[in-house]
Amino acid sequence: MAAEEMDNDESQGWKSDVFRVLKQHGIKHIAYVPDAGHSVALRLAEADDEIQSVVLTTEEEGIGYLAGAWLGGEKGALLLQSSGVGNCINTLALQVMARFPLLMLVTMRGDWAEFNAWQNPMGQATEASLKLMGVMTWRADKPEDVAPLVHGAATMAFNGDAACAVLLGQRLIGEKQWVK
Amino acid sequence: MGEVNAGGALDRREVVKRLLDGRKDLLVVTGLGSPSYDVMAAGDHDNNYYLWAAMGSAAMVGLGLAKSQPGKSVLVVTGDGEMLMGLGALATIAVQAPSNLTVAVLDNGHFGETGMQLSHAGRGLSLDQVARSCGFPWTAEIREMAQVEDLRARIGSREGPKLATIKIRAENAPRVLPPRDGVHVKNRFRMALGHAPI
Repeated sequence: MAAEEMDNDESQGWKSDVFRVLKQHGIKHIAYVPDAGHSVALRLAEADDEIQSVVLTTEEEGIGYLAGAWLGGEKGALLLQSSGVGNCINTLALQVMARFPLLMLVTMRGDWAEFNAWQNPMGQATEASLKLMGVMTWRADKPEDVAPLVHGAATMAFNGDAACAVLLGQRLIGEKQWVK
Repeated sequence: MGEVNAGGALDRREVVKRLLDGRKDLLVVTGLGSPSYDVMAAGDHDNNYYLWAAMGSAAMVGLGLAKSQPGKSVLVVTGDGEMLMGLGALATIAVQAPSNLTVAVLDNGHFGETGMQLSHAGRGLSLDQVARSCGFPWTAEIREMAQVEDLRARIGSREGPKLATIKIRAENAPRVLPPRDGVHVKNRFRMALGHAPI
């Protein structure tokens, strides 16, 4: 399917739900390392004049960035792939020690029907790694779960000065089609 | 490349004191280690945010702050080792191009906190040239106090993200420790900008 067709597919409606819920929570900054599963939210963010879209070279940059935005009085979210969670581990000390609100939306690889086994080690360690660093986690595997879980995580991040991650499962996102 | 380029002759405490002298509503973020002590030595301030960990993050915290407070000037004071760990931040900052952000890298060419091992900067890498290549519209290598004065005058300007490497002596000044309670410093900083704790 072309990207446009996928966006219009009803089973893919959760992709725009992500952005809608972030807007409802007053998110002003979206820091990201791109992933196909986030493509709709990223396109909507880039097109929205009220959102600062910040493309990162590596995911842990987003933790510092969002801490700075919060110091300045504004909310943001970090969109990343599960592989990038590994890059964030040491930097999460900043969130733990200063209790900055941190909302992470993580698209999963190495999680279900993964063709590229090199994604599996980090994919399988993603949720446990986040928990080891004190991040609360929720998993969305069905389209109808995405909006309520993102809403719940945002609520707990910004009302509790907490680190909250929603893992968007590979079954939800769909199998990556590989052309040999 | 070689040790001949490791650091310079400037005194780090004198440089930082001068940069912060007469500050009004300047917002300051410090990288872990000696830059945090230098800024503390110049005087604790509600508008300072000191990092004690998350090495490589100082410039990114500065970027987030600069983007959420576009009306104020933001100064990041960090070291060459801390900046090297977050080198990608220079690319990210250049793309965002906040006009109100200045990064001052205190470059002694060494990892001062861990036993003065020679850093990449000390082996010849010029962080200001990296920033220039990334697209920073103003960069400089500073070796004299007159140039520090020039940098100080530019902090309040809106000529785009700026980065200066300031060549300082490789020596550890007496530690002047900023508060380590990250929650306290965060809330103090936010309250000074009019944001209540949650």
